[in-house]
Amino acid sequence: MALRPDLAIIADAVPAGTRVLDIGCGDGELIAALKDKGVDARGLEIDPANVTAAIARGQSVVQGDANRDLIDYPAGGFDYAVLSQTLQTTERPDRVVDELLRIAPRAFVSFPNFAHWRVRLALLWNGRMPVTRLLPVAWYETPNIHHVTVSDFRQLIADKGIRVERAWYLSGDKPTSDAAASWRAEHAIFLISRG
Amino acid sequence: MASRLHQILHQSVTIDAPLALDSGQALPSVTIAFQSYGTLAADKSNAVLICHALTGDQYVASDHPATGKPGWWARMVGPGKPVDTDRYFVICANVLGSCMGSSGPATPDAATGAPLGMHFPVITIGDMVRAQAMLLDHLGIERLHAVIGGSMGGMQALSWASAWPERLGSAIVIASAARHSAQNIAFHEVGRQAIMADPDWQDGQYYGSDRAPTKGLAVARMAAHITYLSEAGLTEKFGRRLQGREAKTFGFDADFQVESYLRYQGLAFTDRFDANAYLYITRAMDYFDLAEPHDGRLAGAFASAKDVRFTLVSFDTDWLYPTAESRRVVQALQSVGAAASFVELSAPFGHDSFLLDVPALDRLIAGALRNGG
Repeated sequence: MALRPDLAIIADAVPAGTRVLDIGCGDGELIAALKDKGVDARGLEIDPANVTAAIARGQSVVQGDANRDLIDYPAGGFDYAVLSQTLQTTERPDRVVDELLRIAPRAFVSFPNFAHWRVRLALLWNGRMPVTRLLPVAWYETPNIHHVTVSDFRQLIADKGIRVERAWYLSGDKPTSDAAASWRAEHAIFLISRG
Repeated sequence: MASRLHQILHQSVTIDAPLALDSGQALPSVTIAFQSYGTLAADKSNAVLICHALTGDQYVASDHPATGKPGWWARMVGPGKPVDTDRYFVICANVLGSCMGSSGPATPDAATGAPLGMHFPVITIGDMVRAQAMLLDHLGIERLHAVIGGSMGGMQALSWASAWPERLGSAIVIASAARHSAQNIAFHEVGRQAIMADPDWQDGQYYGSDRAPTKGLAVARMAAHITYLSEAGLTEKFGRRLQGREAKTFGFDADFQVESYLRYQGLAFTDRFDANAYLYITRAMDYFDLAEPHDGRLAGAFASAKDVRFTLVSFDTDWLYPTAESRRVVQALQSVGAAASFVELSAPFGHDSFLLDVPALDRLIAGALRNGG
């Protein structure tokens, strides 16, 4: 099965021989790809069925909550932390970003861009909270409690003095440019590091 | 009963080397009864040690010699099963202090030939693990692919990882803890007092007599058995249903099904277990606290275990070794950078879930064993 596009980008960007903590790792899709290329990848995942599936695949995954359990990891224990499609579900995304860069000097953060033109249009024309391919759940039951846009994230990072080493923007599974990202990116992936 | 139990012949080795115990005493030699399954690879890389629980034994996947019942983990261990004996050489040893052929309170005194009884020294989980290491040395197995244990077996697996991390690929710890809680100790004390209050206990020197503290041992088992189940499980299995009668008798017979069940469990236990062994092993569990030698810091116990892969599993209905105890271990492992897996499985059977039909556990163990390779 092909890797989800944002995960494929991360898997490609992580150098072999490094140590990675994948936070919100699901059933271990990215960990499997990373292990294949010789990365020591481990995971944290909240859903016990996913954790069970990942351990059954032979992976090291701990059942836990990104809001509470990141403090149990020692500072600098990993080379990279990964937070894919999870930032917008956390209680305090700003604190989670701090934790990522405490656990590892570099972190990948990916999230759906709430300022994508389809989202803007839905809100503008219909006056309704958008339900799209990447945001498929109605407002009252979505796990995404902190909707975030590419510009919001850039601002947060700038305020914290965190460096953006690289960014990728996806429209569907095709890359889109930095300049057009705010409108055109359905999905953003940032590689950030301590400033 | 106990005398019949001690007439069973078990496969065992006697190692003529002293075993220094945590108490400061020493055993001059150690007998370890064990079973093995599968074939040891030429490079000896496929050995898996299974550590049994308080009242378990080495007959993990073979019929019990006293009861004739299938091995206590036959569903997990065997050809093609999660602990696949076509791939792994599986060893299970009767713990030190027990009553299925390893050195324990029924062992004869070297000088007098009479059973040691309460002259057998108090042992610890650490001592049990040292005896297992002596067995592995005897078998020429330097390194284990994995050590697996549930409940007290999990305590041994954690002790292995703490004492000899370099001899271990991975540790799989199910429904266990790194210490015995006040509540755990309290329940054990009830059991011990029941045994010692039985006049047939005779200060532990009952082996040569025609009396044994079966009543006390049965009560100990009844109390303990409740702690292995969940309230919901008991309610579902028995509710308030009466046992073979239409109405309450207004007496003290086993009116309720749950009473009848517990009485049977208590009595059946005395066919396969020795009261003194129960005293010694529960004591060993009560003394267990891996953090104690490290000023209460559990991470200190795993300081050298960073390269061991750990898998911990708890069950949501297990109130004897609750999830918080497993999490405490996971936190300590993470703080030293060890590769740890942890999941709380949902199962209705309480602490006993690790012995029963929980398919997710089968998948986890098979996967964790592959991960260790």
